[in-house]
Amino acid sequence: MNFLAGSEPEPHFDQLYRELILDHYRLPRNNRVLEPADADLTQFNPVCGDEVRLTARIRDGAIEDIAFVGQGCSISQSSASMMTEAIRGRSLEDASTLASYFRAMILGEDVDEAAMGDLMSLQGTSRYPTRVKCAILAWDTLQKALGGTSGREDVGSSDPDSGG
Amino acid sequence: MPDQSQQLNVEAIRGDFPILSRVINGNPLVYLDSTATSQKPKQVIDTLADFYRTSNANVHRGIYTLSEESTAAYEGARDKTTEFINASSSSEIIFTRNTTESLNLLAFAWGRANLNEGDEVLVTLMEHHSNIVPWHMICAERGAILRFIPVTDDGLLDLTDIETLITERTKVVSFTHVSNVLGTVNPVRELVDRAHAVGAIAIVDGAQGAPHVAVDMREMDADFYVFSSHKMLGPTGVGVLYGKRALLDEMPPFLGGGEMIMEVREDGFTWKDPPWKFEAGTPNFADVVAFGAAIDYLTELGMDKIRQHEIEITDYALRQMRSLGEGVTLHGPPNAEDRGGVVSFAIETIHPHDIAQTLDWEGVQIRAGHHCAQPLMRRLNVPATARASFYVYNTNEDVDRLIDALKKAGELFGRQ
Ligand SMILES: Cc1ncc(COP(=O)(O)O)c(C=O)c1O
Repeated sequence: MNFLAGSEPEPHFDQLYRELILDHYRLPRNNRVLEPADADLTQFNPVCGDEVRLTARIRDGAIEDIAFVGQGCSISQSSASMMTEAIRGRSLEDASTLASYFRAMILGEDVDEAAMGDLMSLQGTSRYPTRVKCAILAWDTLQKALGGTSGREDVGSSDPDSGG
Repeated sequence: MPDQSQQLNVEAIRGDFPILSRVINGNPLVYLDSTATSQKPKQVIDTLADFYRTSNANVHRGIYTLSEESTAAYEGARDKTTEFINASSSSEIIFTRNTTESLNLLAFAWGRANLNEGDEVLVTLMEHHSNIVPWHMICAERGAILRFIPVTDDGLLDLTDIETLITERTKVVSFTHVSNVLGTVNPVRELVDRAHAVGAIAIVDGAQGAPHVAVDMREMDADFYVFSSHKMLGPTGVGVLYGKRALLDEMPPFLGGGEMIMEVREDGFTWKDPPWKFEAGTPNFADVVAFGAAIDYLTELGMDKIRQHEIEITDYALRQMRSLGEGVTLHGPPNAEDRGGVVSFAIETIHPHDIAQTLDWEGVQIRAGHHCAQPLMRRLNVPATARASFYVYNTNEDVDRLIDALKKAGELFGRQ
């Protein structure tokens, strides 16, 4: 029942998820740079060209506002868009929990579907190891940004994609 | 009876490739990634299985029937390889694991013995990483300098300043016969002659050459030519290093161990003549024997017909891709005659990963990525490309399926 597998079963779920990803890709939410911002980190993967810049404002231990700009494939960009929707207004602790759920889901573990909401649409990515990094890029950027990293980071060295 | 017609009988060929009957995501498989690795005909698969069933024993070992059979089959494949590339003698054919290992062997065995401070190694900007990284490594070790021949916008080698790039400081000129990204067929003989004119050796990466065009070592005059079995219908785990005998005699051994020695004493060792000098340890004899079957298969088809088939299908693909309209960029030389069966492309609003993914839903298998050619990607100013490549079993219908799938991708992902 997933977007990326595109295989036989449950075509309407497949369709629904595909639509969600495409919708976020075509019309990214929270697609801007916050200025000033308490967190501001860009991560890019030169191997495939995916890039996400995340800016966030933090008040009283919660993510008051969060936005992203970027470029790259539909998975990396829709994942960033969905993430900003999913965590805006949440406490730092909740955001970090959700980030670890998301990572677990993309790595193929079972997760609580209700807690994930629209993020479930990216679950199918786990079947394509070369795209796992695309889905995780925004969440990885979030975790590092909340941990105090800022500026611009190259994450290409952890990309296993190669071949000729 | 060899087929006398001028064209490949692709219908019959397809029947030899069991994998082509697979269904992927509900659609018949269209395999368009032979540049990465080719599919295998049943003749190769059966040879491998039969070898293990009936003749398996280590080579060059025992005085017993099985080992003698195995050795004869292994050395027989070496003879077939010799003939296939028209080398002067089978002692010039060394079996390695793949093209990458062949190039590393040259960089380390030849390079360590011959490169010195300030010497130059010249490669091109369209090389696969396997023809760049070993040279970076040995140049760092020897204090030598790695230089690059640039590439034009049309994806050809830019030889405008070649006189200043190939000089008496140049010790190695190492370049690809056919680009795995652009498809460009390079002017091999011209570069070989220029290298020799300054006393440098010429190494040709034939990973995309030998599988697709007839090659003749005596005519080409390269000092070394390297390629991989798995890209030419043979099994994985077999590479070829062709070298002129005089250079193989001079070059020190690379890996040491069994098989390659003549005598081992407490105070040293002596080694065998080429090719065994460079084949330490138990070789991958079973796969080499199956590689022999791949060479037979290609020879039976005829390399000239294969080349003609690839030109035709590439020409058709280029024309169909152009007809998709403006957002499509085709990398590489515009004419099919100037390139191998490889088409790298970009679609303005769709990331290569999304292209490959959408095509996969339709059963069309293409590659998206940097194709192990990052310096070339930087030259093209893209992080990645999508690439379709063709071989003996591909048809114009495969191209049509590709085009239909691309149209679907356009509908799905096209942003304003
Ligand atoms: C031009 C070229 N050179 C070298 C290689 C490396 O071949 P292998 O991976 O078999 O060592 C490839 C294939 O990926 C290639 O296309």
